[in-house]
Amino acid sequence: MSAVVATAPQPRPRAAQSIWHHHLVRAVISIAVFLVLWELGARFKLPWVGQVPPPTVVFNTWLPLLQDPGYWYSWVQSSRRVLSGFIAAMIIGIPFGLAMATSRMFHDISFPVFEILRPIPPLAWVPAAIIFWPTQELSIGFVIFLGAIFTIMLNVLGGARSIDVRFFQAARSMGSSNWDIFRRIILPGVLPSIVVGCEVGIGITWNVVVAAEMISGGGGAIQSSAGGGLGFFIWNSYIGFSYPQIVVGMISIGIAGYISSAIIRKLGQTITPWARTR
Amino acid sequence: MSAVPSLRANIKAGELEVSQVSKSYGDATFRTEVVRNCSFKIERSKLTVMIGPSGCGKSTLIRLLAGFEKPTSGSITLNGQPVTGPGHDRLVLFQESALFPWMTTWDNILYGPRARGEVSRQTRELAEFLLNKVGLAQFRKKYPTQLSGGMQRRAELARAMINNPAVMILDEPFRGLDAMTKALMWEYYSALFEETRRTNFFVTTDIDEAIFLADRLLVMSNIPTQVRAVIEIDVPRPRTQLDLVENDRANEIKMQALSILHEEAMKSFSRGSKAAADFVEAYSKRVSKT
Repeated sequence: MSAVVATAPQPRPRAAQSIWHHHLVRAVISIAVFLVLWELGARFKLPWVGQVPPPTVVFNTWLPLLQDPGYWYSWVQSSRRVLSGFIAAMIIGIPFGLAMATSRMFHDISFPVFEILRPIPPLAWVPAAIIFWPTQELSIGFVIFLGAIFTIMLNVLGGARSIDVRFFQAARSMGSSNWDIFRRIILPGVLPSIVVGCEVGIGITWNVVVAAEMISGGGGAIQSSAGGGLGFFIWNSYIGFSYPQIVVGMISIGIAGYISSAIIRKLGQTITPWARTR
Repeated sequence: MSAVPSLRANIKAGELEVSQVSKSYGDATFRTEVVRNCSFKIERSKLTVMIGPSGCGKSTLIRLLAGFEKPTSGSITLNGQPVTGPGHDRLVLFQESALFPWMTTWDNILYGPRARGEVSRQTRELAEFLLNKVGLAQFRKKYPTQLSGGMQRRAELARAMINNPAVMILDEPFRGLDAMTKALMWEYYSALFEETRRTNFFVTTDIDEAIFLADRLLVMSNIPTQVRAVIEIDVPRPRTQLDLVENDRANEIKMQALSILHEEAMKSFSRGSKAAADFVEAYSKRVSKT
């Protein structure tokens, strides 16, 4: 066995410590190191990374795109689709999950169907979505909706199930009606799980946006090659052999996903102030 | 009537009677009897403490008293009226905190009146009074996780008291508190009881806690649980921590209760284990020799 020697942490100069301990500084350093390694890997043609355009090339491709309204329109398109699919998933998923948690009967009837549909990847729904829905936008929205709904529903169900039984007993003892228990125990009790479900769910919607936008098959309203959303932007760049643009599209989706999750997290913190103090 | 609320005002202390109550779980093939023909009385305006070996079915009895579950046979009555379900005349303080984490101290305390649609200026004044009484006036806007263990217990006491229950049922409420806080809570809680003289039923596994608090002590048997002994604790109130050490009567009761508890704990210890049963047999031989 190795001898464990407990030593007090070395006192460091306060300034140096405070800068390194700031999480933003750490984030910037982590991204910088990643970019440098990527650049080196691409320049020296290391296996795997060697096939990827280096970040400098990607950046040079990106710069002119930043002035291209078509590129920004892709952002708007994708965000709009993600948002509508996601909101639809919340509107249906949250009440559905709550109903499954509160009614044994509803749970027993709906759960088997739900469990069969859940493992089907959103990509596999693409052909069916095209056939089912009258417009292209509805088909895309539907695939995105499928990406988020199961995660949201499962989190709501699990969250409602894990509410401490003593809360119900205490509420019942103090004279709560069923409606009162639903409103003042179940809803707030499940809220943190709804937030987690939405945070994970919106990440998944960005995951499926490429598959969903392949349906769009083109620019839609604007005939610019970049008008079909970020997912289509990637697909189109691939067709056109523009590898740096593929990477631009990928990073754009990464950034969009990060921003969406951060927004949901912030919103979640404001509606569940008690969970922050934990 | 004066507008200033007081703890004594309107207290309607109740009397709970448990007669010939049995409770079993499971089906015919695998049946566990947790409570068997158990009878006792929780007397009006007294602090009755129930002590028993862990896993003896005390929590089951509490669920029956609170009305969360129904006895398999026998009856439970409050002031002669049968207990049929949960109600705010019998409120339970659970092990660890059952404060609603999403409500501030203030909202937690007002939960009961709001649930029954009884919020008036008077209840708000009473809530204010209780908040001060439990020393949490500055913590009214804090969430339970922002309170210490002792504060959480006091907030929970206030949340129960605002409903003016006929009987307060406390299920090992001070478990998990550190020794200092626990001792302070004993003093705080017994002072509160002496002031209100509400009927209190307190369940514990801690003999010192039991003797410090109780008017009457119910010593319970191993599972299936029954009352083994009822001991009147005639040590005068208010009691001090020192009484527990110095008072001869308190020590005598402690010895008496401990010998019963030890016997019962041995039984539950030896259940289902040959080695443990051998140990108990060897132990009893050693004791009988001395």
